Amino acid sequence: MKKKTKPSQVILIIVLFIIALIQIFPLFWLIEFSLKSNAEIFSTNPLGLPKAFRWSNYTQALFSGGLLNYFINSVFYVTVTIVVAGLLSSMSAYAIARLNWKLNGFSYTFFALGIMIPLQAVLLPLFLVLNHLKLLNTYWALLIPYITFAIPMSIMILCGFYTSIPRDIEEAAFMDGCNIYQVFFRIILPIVKPAIATVSIFTFLGTWNELMFANTFVNSAHYRTLPVGIYSFAGEFSTNWGVIGAGMVIATIPTLIIYFFLSDQVQSSIVVGAVKG
Amino acid sequence: MNKLMYKKRSISVFVLPSLLFYTLIIVIPIFVSAYLGLFKWSGIGAMQFIGLQNYKKLLFSDEIFRHSITNSLILAGASVFIQLPIAFILALILSSGVRFEKFFRTVYFIPVILSSMVIAQLWLRIFDSNYGLVNALLRAVGLGQYAQPWLANTNTAFTCTVIPAIWQYIGQYILIMYSGLKAIPDEIHEAAKIDGANKWQMTTRITIPLLSPVIKVCIIFAMTGSFKSFDLVFAMTNGGPFHSSELPSTVMYTNLFSAGAYGYGSAQAVFIVIECLIATLIIQLLFKKSEAEVSAV
Repeated sequence: MKKKTKPSQVILIIVLFIIALIQIFPLFWLIEFSLKSNAEIFSTNPLGLPKAFRWSNYTQALFSGGLLNYFINSVFYVTVTIVVAGLLSSMSAYAIARLNWKLNGFSYTFFALGIMIPLQAVLLPLFLVLNHLKLLNTYWALLIPYITFAIPMSIMILCGFYTSIPRDIEEAAFMDGCNIYQVFFRIILPIVKPAIATVSIFTFLGTWNELMFANTFVNSAHYRTLPVGIYSFAGEFSTNWGVIGAGMVIATIPTLIIYFFLSDQVQSSIVVGAVKG
Repeated sequence: MNKLMYKKRSISVFVLPSLLFYTLIIVIPIFVSAYLGLFKWSGIGAMQFIGLQNYKKLLFSDEIFRHSITNSLILAGASVFIQLPIAFILALILSSGVRFEKFFRTVYFIPVILSSMVIAQLWLRIFDSNYGLVNALLRAVGLGQYAQPWLANTNTAFTCTVIPAIWQYIGQYILIMYSGLKAIPDEIHEAAKIDGANKWQMTTRITIPLLSPVIKVCIIFAMTGSFKSFDLVFAMTNGGPFHSSELPSTVMYTNLFSAGAYGYGSAQAVFIVIECLIATLIIQLLFKKSEAEVSAV
């Protein structure tokens, strides 16, 4: 494709820029008001840039709003979910995609159906069971469902990658006397590392932003996640927009950093997820 | 030769943990929901079996739930007929090799990765009646008389939750379609060009049919995503004012955890699942024909 800059191209690019502006302007506005005082936001300067940066909004959000605690909780939930779901699904996907047994096809379809199940379908039964087991308001209350809901999609994505690995690699390893676990952990797993990265990003996005389970299974602030935290935080500081803005910026930064460094992987993980869905 | 050395036990070790989680946490609870939906039950006391009464109620006599279904259909319609066409056009432009292609792709996608809680809080403030961006802009350009409490007005509240939904996820569809378009081999377009096809013909006769599997996935995502949508409405209006912006999921949530109507709420949850499955099935069937045509080429 040649890239000549014709007038029509210029107009096209201007239109694309306007759309880009629409897509990031709310974020820009958020950062802007997170640095303003209430007086500026509400009367003296609602639309302009902050006159003086009020970093105190950020310290207040972090320490007096309990946001730091929610933040740490969310990092914990997400990390455990990524590691456990990643391990379990890479093992299962291996057996489904590469070992010959009677139920390969069936188990693939069985897990594939899980992608279509909305959280609503299991919300009340899980609530009742967790309540019965006295697990509401513990880390388990969210870890168990998060791990489980990450598994079907992870298996689908990983199966696609496993089938593309040539058979010879494993056969050579078996010849050399490796058992199946050694083959899996020492040979296969390193090969599918990129796929596991894709799966992890997918799991991260789903878990980091999840609201319905987080709002239902946990209500003590001690175990609360960031999305629910922002919700309660916004209620608490309802009139102090600057602090709420700062809280939201803090909640957004990790995702933005990950996206900034891994934008290609993040984008490809969404595409792979769609192809499997 | 293909004899791999493994035993049944090793397969169990690989598959059982996931299977156990999946069966206990997802599969069985679905059936429990369906079962609970047959009862009148408040969570405490005896469960009263009422057959399909709950389903009858949610389909025929519950005005609030019926309105919420209408809303979810409007959301799905806006997704399929506004969001996806715009996404398609943008994906077409980006994939045809425009300048700053990567920059645009990256920026358009940013809202997708933001937490819907943050987006809800942000748009609450954009639509705020006193200090919101929309009203501030209207006043700034002298249209102050149109400034209004957008989210407290029954006529505008639901629309104000649809706009951020469209805005947030458009980047995802641009990206999916963009990758689909990039996967179409150049030779096909070259050949069509040699045969004298113009741009419009190439788009409608070649690009769209070849992209149809991707378009299908996008439509399924858009439909089921709308039917099970919860976060934005929950955080922005919680269904109000006067239930005008309810979605099936928010009505269900209120029934389950505020009204304690466990049986009825479960029936609504099952309804949402069935709605998603039926939509997926219909779209699959609709596309089957066009896909057969493409593969015949």
